[in-house]
Amino acid sequence: MESLLQVRDLTIRYPGSEPSPAVDGVSFRIAVGETLGIMGESGCGKTSIALASLGLLCKDDAIVSGSIEFRGDNLLSMDESELREIRGTGISMIYQDPGIALSPVMRVGEQVAEVIRAHKKWSWGKCREESHSMLARVGLFPTERIYSAYAHQLSGGQLQRVVLAQALVCGPALLVADEPTASLDARSQANFIALLRELKKGSRMSLLLISHTPEIQASLADRLMVMKDGRIVEEGDFDRLYANPSHAYTKALLRGSRSVRVDGGREAEWIDEKQAAR
Amino acid sequence: METLVRIEHLSKNYVQRRHLTRSEFTLQALDDVNLTIRRGVTLAIVGDSGSGKSTLARCLALLEPSSGGEIWFDGKNLLALERSELSAARREFQLIFQDAASALNPRLTAVEIVAEPLRIQRAGTKERRRERALELMNQVRLPAHLEGKRPLEMSGGQRQRLAIARALALEPKLLILDEALSSLDLANQEMILNLLADLQAAHSLTYVHISHDLRQVSRFADEVAVMNDRTIVEHKSAAELFAHPKNPYTQELLIALPSLETICADRASQEVR
Repeated sequence: MESLLQVRDLTIRYPGSEPSPAVDGVSFRIAVGETLGIMGESGCGKTSIALASLGLLCKDDAIVSGSIEFRGDNLLSMDESELREIRGTGISMIYQDPGIALSPVMRVGEQVAEVIRAHKKWSWGKCREESHSMLARVGLFPTERIYSAYAHQLSGGQLQRVVLAQALVCGPALLVADEPTASLDARSQANFIALLRELKKGSRMSLLLISHTPEIQASLADRLMVMKDGRIVEEGDFDRLYANPSHAYTKALLRGSRSVRVDGGREAEWIDEKQAAR
Repeated sequence: METLVRIEHLSKNYVQRRHLTRSEFTLQALDDVNLTIRRGVTLAIVGDSGSGKSTLARCLALLEPSSGGEIWFDGKNLLALERSELSAARREFQLIFQDAASALNPRLTAVEIVAEPLRIQRAGTKERRRERALELMNQVRLPAHLEGKRPLEMSGGQRQRLAIARALALEPKLLILDEALSSLDLANQEMILNLLADLQAAHSLTYVHISHDLRQVSRFADEVAVMNDRTIVEHKSAAELFAHPKNPYTQELLIALPSLETICADRASQEVR
């Protein structure tokens, strides 16, 4: 299977913060049409990887080495104009909080149309039509009313669908989703996951899914990568990792585990391995 | 089991102005909420966003003035207390938030954060407060060498434990946890839940967890109260609620959430992924 995305020895350091790197020599690949899930606690490096994949790490804030090849070209050696070509049409991203991504003073339908206009040289009329069509495809009805609505008039679940529409409207090969359902209530979560599954079924789009919720990974991921402290702990087919994890941390993230009691009732601190010995 | 808190006919309105006409309108966030919380229990209040559950938590913790009704805490109506009595009353309950990083002062060290409530309530000397703070950090299983660290130098799980240590400083009877587990991965959630269970036994604590995640609360709650449309629609023992949900809204919530086992079984039976 050809690799859509190939990451080699990616290391990301934030000078001025911890001495140890946020991402430490990470390598992985995503094939066309595949969904790779990343799981790990906050600070394990997963968001840094996502941002690096879109060239969103500011050169002044982060020191990056290694390579991220998208369709054979290294994203890390591209300049801003080349990256802008890729964002939206090649790789798109959605975040945890849809409110941040949308302007409060512009109708949401127009914001989807705006994305099309930025990438394709179509007339505004055609962009609006396409925007309507995309809003319908992400299940927002009545489409007319949603198109003309402002962000504050829509629920969290609806906003996340608008943002998804923006991300998908130019047909990217890879969608990066960073905790996309974390700010949604349970039912909106379930609906959003069902939507993602449906959209994926009809296309060859790959998905890089960051989520600490096992049920969400189980619903979408083909393969899973478990990270801790900037390194990959374990990686492989989701089914195998769920049924037969090699590492205790993988098991804990997917199913939880009865905590191991050692030394008079204190829990084993294997989660926080960075600590000095007691 | 005796009652610790009795909320009666609680309501909360926000009066807002329309942007252009400047005319006032009222947004109702809580509508005739009635709830009894028994001493020593772990109660989960569950509902979708907009149901009023976070507003209820803030009104109960006296972070917001209520518009009507009564909150009886250990025999006293919190909403009718004199200002002089309020300070003492506030020691009885504490609130823990979803995002520990924004709830902790980033410029203070861990031990200063835990000692802060003691300092505000003018309890003991500086040295005694530090000792007590270190003792509390030990109780939440935070290693001593984190004493001088700042919150952003710690992991998410450690920050949440620090927030718990701070909440325990004044020896409250009730801890209200507002989506406190939601941003944690499963491993950290388990650790925190185990810690909370131990602390509950050691200090006779009563817990109220606010959550939108029914699946998550099924793992630890004794009782569950479901909120919909600004009021409580069902309140039962967890076992009873999950086995025999009576309210149609509760039933809807339960259907929407297949278990991990079910999802994984579905995967196996799918031919095309």
